[in-house]
Amino acid sequence: MLIRRRDDIPSSEITPESAYLDRRRFINEAARFTVAAGVAPGLLVGCDSAAAGDTGEARRTAATDESAGPDRSLVPGEPNQERDWSKVKSEMGEDLTPYEDVTTYNNFYEFGGSKADPARNAHTLQPRPWSVAVEGEVVRPAVYDVEDIVGPHDAEDRVYRLRCVEAWSMVIPWRGFALRDLIDRLQPTSKAKYVEFHTLHDPEQMPGQRRRVLDWPYVEGLRMDEAMHPLALISTGLYGRDLPNQNGAPLRLVVPWKYGFKSIKSIVRIRFVEQQPVNTWQLSAPNEYGFYANVNPEVDHPRWSQARERRIGEFRRRPTLPFNGYADQVASLYAGMDLRKNF
Amino acid sequence: MWSAAAAPGAWLAFEFWQNRLSANPIEDIMHRLGWWGLVFLVASIAVTPVRRFTGWNRIIRWRRFLGLWAFAYLTSHFLTYLVLDQFFAWEFILEDIVERPFILSGFAAWLLLIPLAVTSTKGWIRRLGKRWTRLHRLAYVSALLGLLHFYWKVKADTREPLVFAMIVLVLLILRVPIVRKLVEEKRRAWQRGRREGKGLRAT
Repeated sequence: MLIRRRDDIPSSEITPESAYLDRRRFINEAARFTVAAGVAPGLLVGCDSAAAGDTGEARRTAATDESAGPDRSLVPGEPNQERDWSKVKSEMGEDLTPYEDVTTYNNFYEFGGSKADPARNAHTLQPRPWSVAVEGEVVRPAVYDVEDIVGPHDAEDRVYRLRCVEAWSMVIPWRGFALRDLIDRLQPTSKAKYVEFHTLHDPEQMPGQRRRVLDWPYVEGLRMDEAMHPLALISTGLYGRDLPNQNGAPLRLVVPWKYGFKSIKSIVRIRFVEQQPVNTWQLSAPNEYGFYANVNPEVDHPRWSQARERRIGEFRRRPTLPFNGYADQVASLYAGMDLRKNF
Repeated sequence: MWSAAAAPGAWLAFEFWQNRLSANPIEDIMHRLGWWGLVFLVASIAVTPVRRFTGWNRIIRWRRFLGLWAFAYLTSHFLTYLVLDQFFAWEFILEDIVERPFILSGFAAWLLLIPLAVTSTKGWIRRLGKRWTRLHRLAYVSALLGLLHFYWKVKADTREPLVFAMIVLVLLILRVPIVRKLVEEKRRAWQRGRREGKGLRAT
């Protein structure tokens, strides 16, 4: 008889061998960038010293060295303070995209097909009260109020690039917390190989859903190791404020090394599953949009090139970077995969 | 009428200077110039069927006007692509034209309009005679290629290009000889009816 112990390590927490072997290189590189970015060196300390007492902490440090090393995208200091955002840059020194642009140029077909529609029409969305259903291969499926999902986590400000599949991009200071921290709390079982997310489906609140432009509700998913990667963010705000409706209130995903359509908005369902989810854009055009959707300048969209992008606010196009500039942090997740086939 | 035709362009320029375009103004400019170019082109193609259907012969002089304005907007659309969007990045432009059907169809649609614009004068009509009419049927080919370009650009909501396509299809059908005869007979009968109704009876 198998008695499940409460501190069994979910297989989702077990580091893939490739990442484990790579950890020294990761820590060294991260250390260099820490100094360069001027981020508090204290962030490195936690991973080197064995955490005392709390088995959870030790387990995390031992099992998942990807969390070791500072997050280069982190904006130091307490979130929610009145920052001077003009001084904040990405880890590559890029300027932030102005708040006005971030909140008025959106792809959110639930509110209409043009870039201006979401800002115009999203006022009908009611981000409170909001529940998130947690289902599937998880110890205790339940429906949570959004406060129970996001409340227990300390928010941080992180600057990420967002690269749309249409070949434009932005640099956005998201407020949120690591998806892995949420997944740890939700305790998926060892059968969970993927995590699937659903957006709200309510044509009353989302008028764009009255037409079958896409197969509603919007569905996205990640492989468990992708979801557990420290870069994957659950975001509840940007520029230090709550998410505007058109940006995916009250909570959304941000997966910066993938095309923007993977960063699903206005989440109502989190499902842990064994089979790879069929994400909505793949369903809509399987030869154009895949499950992985890693930013890759070498794999063109069938109808347009992905080699360059328009950074919103800039005049000339700029070269697109592999994994949107996060290659050193995520490329190991895909070691040995044919990224042309698994686009 | 020149001001009416130039209005969309002027409006676009005004919005650009006033920063009323979106966060991606180059994309907006390209979309609007292309859209208006298509509208003018379809309007130009519509002249002949409208003339046959209504018997309003004077409308024929608008055909060249609309066609040339279409060419103006579409050339601006193409130049925006070359200069503002790609900024003379010739290898990328060439690769786009050669490898991407959506760009190729747009480029071909524009190319076809060049001989039409050049031969739009009275001198050329005289010089080419019957061949002029045949040459200018290319306007339909250009419009269809332009529609393909529009349809292929869209990610999900294909309503707009499909509406345009239906209009062009109807215009094409109206040109088929049998349909043409039917339409013209109907029109003549209707006009006869109106004349008799007004008391101009044949004795």
